[in-house]
Amino acid sequence: MSMYSLGNDLYSGQRSFNIIGRRRLWYGIALAFILLSAVLLLVKPINFGIDFRGGSQFTVSGTANMGQQDAIDVVAAQTGDDSVRVSEVGANSIRVQTSELTNEQTQEVRAALADVYDVPVDDVASTFIGPTWGADVSSKAIQSLVIFIGLISLILWAYFRTWTIAVGAIGALLHDLIITAGVYVASGFEVTPATVIGLLTILGYSLYDTVVVFDKVRENTAGFLDQEETTYAEQANLAVNQTLIRSINTSVTGLLPVGAILVIGVLFQGAGTLRDLSLALFVGMLISAVSSIFLAAPLAVTLGERQKDIKEHTERVLSARPAVQDTTITRKKKA
Amino acid sequence: MTATEEATEGSPRPRLLVFALIVIALVASLAASTLTGSESRWSPDLALDLEGGTQIILTPVTDDGSEITPEDISQAIEIIRQRVDASGVAEAEITSQGGSNIVVGLPGTPSEETLDLVRTSAVLRLRAVIDYTGQVLANTGLQPVYEPGVDVTEEQLAQAREQADLNGDGSISAEPTETPDSPSSDAWITEEILYQALTLDCTSESARVQNAYSAADSPVVACDPTTGASYILGPAELDGSHIDQATSGPRVNEMGQTIGGWQVNMEFTGEGGDLFGQVTTRLAGYPYGTAKNLFAIVLDGSIISVASLQAPILGGSASISGSFTAPEAASLANQLSFGSLPLTFEVQSEEQISATLGSEQLVNSLIAGAIGAGLIVLYLLWQYQGLGLLAVTSITMVMGLSYLTISLLSWTMGYRLSLAGVVGLIISIGISADSFIVYFERVRDEIREGRTLRDAVDYGWNRARQTILVSDAVNLVAAIVLYFLAVGGVRGFAFTLGLTTVIDVVVVILFTYPVMKLLVRTKFFGEGHRLSGMSAASLGADPVYAGRGRVRDRGVSKSEAKANAKKARRAAASEDAAQAAARAGTAVDTLDEKSQRKKGRAQTPESHSPGERPMTLAQRKAAERRAGRDEN
Repeated sequence: MSMYSLGNDLYSGQRSFNIIGRRRLWYGIALAFILLSAVLLLVKPINFGIDFRGGSQFTVSGTANMGQQDAIDVVAAQTGDDSVRVSEVGANSIRVQTSELTNEQTQEVRAALADVYDVPVDDVASTFIGPTWGADVSSKAIQSLVIFIGLISLILWAYFRTWTIAVGAIGALLHDLIITAGVYVASGFEVTPATVIGLLTILGYSLYDTVVVFDKVRENTAGFLDQEETTYAEQANLAVNQTLIRSINTSVTGLLPVGAILVIGVLFQGAGTLRDLSLALFVGMLISAVSSIFLAAPLAVTLGERQKDIKEHTERVLSARPAVQDTTITRKKKA
Repeated sequence: MTATEEATEGSPRPRLLVFALIVIALVASLAASTLTGSESRWSPDLALDLEGGTQIILTPVTDDGSEITPEDISQAIEIIRQRVDASGVAEAEITSQGGSNIVVGLPGTPSEETLDLVRTSAVLRLRAVIDYTGQVLANTGLQPVYEPGVDVTEEQLAQAREQADLNGDGSISAEPTETPDSPSSDAWITEEILYQALTLDCTSESARVQNAYSAADSPVVACDPTTGASYILGPAELDGSHIDQATSGPRVNEMGQTIGGWQVNMEFTGEGGDLFGQVTTRLAGYPYGTAKNLFAIVLDGSIISVASLQAPILGGSASISGSFTAPEAASLANQLSFGSLPLTFEVQSEEQISATLGSEQLVNSLIAGAIGAGLIVLYLLWQYQGLGLLAVTSITMVMGLSYLTISLLSWTMGYRLSLAGVVGLIISIGISADSFIVYFERVRDEIREGRTLRDAVDYGWNRARQTILVSDAVNLVAAIVLYFLAVGGVRGFAFTLGLTTVIDVVVVILFTYPVMKLLVRTKFFGEGHRLSGMSAASLGADPVYAGRGRVRDRGVSKSEAKANAKKARRAAASEDAAQAAARAGTAVDTLDEKSQRKKGRAQTPESHSPGERPMTLAQRKAAERRAGRDEN
């Protein structure tokens, strides 16, 4: 079946995925993943990058010699530091991380590394990171997160005129963030400031998708209290189905460039800004695409159905309806 | 209903014209700047992480833990900028970040001295003037070795060293030959001071930092950058910590009446007031108007103010008046206030990026961008066929405009494109595709509702525009929050993300929508050619189907709905049969559509009057069910 006719069937309701009706299942799955992520975050130590630990880092680019022991020897000889981390970066670069060095030591190590790896001194990049830098990044990130959520809640509330949708969107957003963080911890990738940037960027993406779905929910449920045929949940489910093709298409086009950066970053560069940023984005965007469908709208429905008028309306519609009509309804009655 | 009014709105050409004007304006301004300037402006300047260089992130901290204000930060930046400029490093980039950090970007490989200049905190000192440098040199029969405005050569330095070596012992002594009786004593004019006086060219930029870090307890030769004159100053008698606060205001006389002009008011701390009282008592003893009657306020080795004294200033408050303008007075007050902060810079991170690594990263991210864009193009062409071309053109427009805007910002505001910025640009390819998808899916929805293509393009736009605007607003808020709060490389990323979001809105309104309106007038798109991406057949919306259970929503009586539903029910007695019929219906539709195509554009049998919206199928099905129940 082509995307066109599938899109058509979804739009008309001829085919409909019962997404809202099975919301308890999605909640269960989401909760399981959130708990898993939370446990992982608590149990497994996060692999913090040098920006969080503090220290000095050297990147030798364009070397033919990829031997790691050379770097360890050089640093030990220059500084007596034997807790050196050496890793390959891409096809022809070496990254060396040491404890904090003085300016003089940095100069010496740079020169020595250039010597042993046979590259010009200018091709040895050096970085010194103070021990509070990473903490600074984190606290700013948390600050950004709080301000962002506050602002966005206001905007969503003003636009949709209902707090349920704002809460649904923010709930889905937090879910995305926690699980992305969980995936990161589970994978053991280094957490760098670029990762934190990536996580923060997910905020915009996650909401973008959610807002489009909600916009359709709102449109489909406008004035629905005046009719007696369908319930709020059913209308919302139709909205989710009607925007499904769009959700898939926007997610794919969103993920394609990020995926390209990720692949190129990992293949040609190894650790670095490109990989860190795109990995967090890729995971986060994937999860937020799924959550905008399976979590955001169901959350809004669950919250919406608690409102008195909607609750009464749903009861009215359901009581007027004989038993064997819709799969959504039968399931609900069994439950 | 506004949707109807807008749906019938006129020609798409004015929008396209505005769009064309924007593009022409951007291209023209860049062309003009390239032609008039020495360098090309067609590409943006690159940030250090792509170009190679040194980046230092500093956090100012106060010794006493007091709060650092944004004014302190901007003052600190100003001072670091002066030092870096004076050290001869061109194109340094000094910005505040996240409200508490200062990022100093120096291209290339700066010297250790330059780096030290950046890392060291500013020092404010009050020193007594011993004499005018020129006067001292004249008295000793010496001539400066430098030529004004030209860098001093090694040869000239050797010559000055020889001349300053008064006792001929081959070395230049910094020790006074006799014990000075006060900080104003001529005894402070040592061989070292003479050497400085012979070599310090106050007309050169580097003079400003030459003596920036002279010890507090030794004399110094310092320049007054505003006049280009230099003075020999005694050891420091007060420093910034002795100043409690400094403000500027209109000049007043002793009665508190304004007398025209501006002045700077200084309040000293208790200890500072006592010290200042002693110093001014001594200086006021020298004849008014002579060199020794002057005292100098030195920030970072540069004199920011030289003032003469008429009387001792006791009591801990003083005012400096002269021919200040209001901004000059305010600037001096700021410098004094800043100098009074016991401020030091903590190095948060210092990074030396090799140009090789930077260009490698740039190339890699451009490859990634090209691959990502290529994949999106393929995907859009597969999904939207003929219209995919419009999507691809729109994305090209967004990327092109972003590039031009960034080049323009690079020229006008010194914006530099960083690696994170490039990543932001690449990721935004996806965002601009999103807007098109949202719009086009809405157009398809309208076709499914049974509208003609031409109507669908307008109705779809009215719905999609709102969605695009609100979701782009969300993106923009995210970018703005990231930009203002975040640290590290986030800024460049947030900036390009925010910029492309705005450009995306412009392109979708002024380009995508009007072009879509033009396209739908063509035969290929307007008649729903099989490959146009607008084909009603592939969307499944066709006359028979649309006509079947079509009912009207709001304002339609239930009996009418029931009647319609009954009609539908006749075709299918049960729910299952109805679905089977719907499937069969699709097949029939296809056949039917072929015959329709011969006749021309597919028409819906029922045209909708303004303000009415067709019921969705789910509602219709429910209506059918109800009708069925009622009958059974």
